[in-house]
Amino acid sequence: MDRQRSHGSADLLRLATAGSVDDGKSTLVGRLLYDTKSVLADQLDAVRRASVDRGLSTPDLSLLVDGLRSEREQGITIDVAYRYFATPRRSFVLADTPGHVQYTRNTVTGASTAQLAILLVDARKGVVEQTRRHAAVLALLGVPRLVLAVNKIDLVDHDETTFALIAKDFTAHVTALGYEESAVQAVPVSALLGDNVVDRSEHTPWYVGPTLLEHLETVPVREDPHDAPFRFPVQYVIRPRTAEYPDYRGYAGQVASGVVRTGDEVTVFPSGLRSRVEHIDTPDGPLAEASAGQSVTLLLADDLDIGRGDLIAGGAPPEVTDELDATLCWLSEKPLRAGARVLVKHGTRTVPAIVTELTALFDEQTLSVSDAPRSLALNEIGRVALRTAEPLPVDPYTDLPRTGAFLVIDQTDGGTVAAGLVGAPLPVMDTRRDLVSPGP
Amino acid sequence: MSTDTVDTPPDLAGAALDALESEAIHIFREVAGEFDRPVILFSGGKDSTVLVHLARKAFWPAPIPFPLLHVDTGHNFPEVLEFRDALVEELGARLVVARVQDWIDDGRLTERPDGTRNPLQTTPLLDTIAEQRFDAVFGGGRRDEERARAKERVFSLRNAFGQWDPRRQRPELWNLYNGRHRPGEHVRVFPLSNWTELDVWRYIAREGIQLPSIYYAHRRHVYRRDGMLLTSGPWGGPREGEVVEERTVRYRTVGDGSCTGAVESEARTVADVIAEVQASRLTERGATRADDRLSEAAMEDRKREGYF
Repeated sequence: MDRQRSHGSADLLRLATAGSVDDGKSTLVGRLLYDTKSVLADQLDAVRRASVDRGLSTPDLSLLVDGLRSEREQGITIDVAYRYFATPRRSFVLADTPGHVQYTRNTVTGASTAQLAILLVDARKGVVEQTRRHAAVLALLGVPRLVLAVNKIDLVDHDETTFALIAKDFTAHVTALGYEESAVQAVPVSALLGDNVVDRSEHTPWYVGPTLLEHLETVPVREDPHDAPFRFPVQYVIRPRTAEYPDYRGYAGQVASGVVRTGDEVTVFPSGLRSRVEHIDTPDGPLAEASAGQSVTLLLADDLDIGRGDLIAGGAPPEVTDELDATLCWLSEKPLRAGARVLVKHGTRTVPAIVTELTALFDEQTLSVSDAPRSLALNEIGRVALRTAEPLPVDPYTDLPRTGAFLVIDQTDGGTVAAGLVGAPLPVMDTRRDLVSPGP
Repeated sequence: MSTDTVDTPPDLAGAALDALESEAIHIFREVAGEFDRPVILFSGGKDSTVLVHLARKAFWPAPIPFPLLHVDTGHNFPEVLEFRDALVEELGARLVVARVQDWIDDGRLTERPDGTRNPLQTTPLLDTIAEQRFDAVFGGGRRDEERARAKERVFSLRNAFGQWDPRRQRPELWNLYNGRHRPGEHVRVFPLSNWTELDVWRYIAREGIQLPSIYYAHRRHVYRRDGMLLTSGPWGGPREGEVVEERTVRYRTVGDGSCTGAVESEARTVADVIAEVQASRLTERGATRADDRLSEAAMEDRKREGYF
């Protein structure tokens, strides 16, 4: 088969959902699964039985997705749940994220790999604080496209004006966060009754846009990898040392961005040594080129000292630095203070680091920043300066997310305490940057 | 649009499989790069066989740099054991077998009154992980299998008792997996997290992966219990009043013989099975696993205790 042509994952859409408690998010996801016939009879039977046990007259579709005992007992979603469904046009991997304030860290988990996010609001309440927070987190992570699902449209009598006002309010907020209007689609839905989720509603004749599923099936998600510089974090060195492959030395990894072709000149970071790509190897045979997302093995023309943690790159070079200016989404109950010693995992390299300064705190509600906070608490987003024990080859997160992202890890218990993004991905913070630190 | 047909155009399915394969290979290489003593849980079932196939591709042309671990309930289908041994020989891999029977014999475990040994696998698994100091344990678990599994991370940290605590899961961001753990702790790793049953079968077809013969339709003597078609074996046979009949069946999952049911099927080839899975109105666990029917939270409880 023609692997080259089919490799792009335009047919696999990774999406996340976000919304406040009681907006009906689990019901919406249950509805998507149910109406795309992704729910099988035994699962539905289990939901019917559980619904009857709870004294409900119709099956509660949210029970399809609330997986943990305490979730079903409390009627809330605690952790990210992954759901899978497919239509003739696309396969979907859906990360269903909880809406509570205290579990925003899960929204970050669900959204970090998403190509699109569905934000839910209750038509009776409109855009609320949680919506703004979630939209800011999605913008921070660079989720390319948003869908606003205005749910419970039946409870406002399918009123066009109510929908239009909410959509306008939301669009104003997210364009301030840096989204183009074309990247945002608002859909009036009733998850409970199924209006405009998969099937078009008879009650909203004024709405001419796509149903939620039609939009998910047709929204363009594929970016042209040829526009981006080549990045390849080395995961593992393959050295069989067998009779058949006595001198084979291949660098195994997944292309993080861009395209690599045999014969390309590449540079290895942080060393700065240069070489040429002699082979792009896979167990299915050699390739002439590989692009973002593909796991391959590179063989270089020169015998260099390359190992896990190195970055093979082409095109515009990354910045090699031990002083990072970054944005952190703090995910730990233990607040961050200046002077903290942490570990930074960037690409395939983990290095010790010190948070030298907290430079700004971001308010997702008002999109404003305050200067130098004393600490960064759970779910807060702030700007920091970090010094790493070894230089790292980094890119600004907004340009190349895979090589602009890093984890902050607690040195003592090994937990992941922050999502780190090189630079200042939020536009508002960019404006403020000049005021906070009149840079070079 | 119409959702009456769930047929994905072949080229699209191929591209989705490419993405899933690349993700799984990336996960294997991350573990090989960051852990000292990984191991692949291998039952001879289709998911663990796909897992081994992916591991092979991840390190090709070098051999898989870790051993396989089979927790043997003693209630095996002979076809599966033959398949296991042939594959291990072909790979030249080291196979570690933890026999539930050994734990029963020396008194560390007691046979259950119902005779099923699926729940008894947890202790031999945890003991072997501790004895052999395995720090990363690959499993073939998929999030589409069951509601509690849907919430598990790709890298799932287990404490010294092998327990999963859903409330203390680490955020999992981008493709940056955090495998740090303290001595005595280990990490369960699930490279097939984002695969569905249909993806697994399509991949088996595309890659020409061999499976134990019981995955395909064959004639077998079975009896009905709890709505499932069970077969006689070392684990026992029909009780009084349970009638044995010969039927054409196949297995959708392979587990402890005492509680894994067959489904009536005429699917003799991979293509037949794919067509059957697409048309099926039951999940594979709902159709064939008695142990998941115990309660609404059966799987969650077993996972908390350290099950696969």
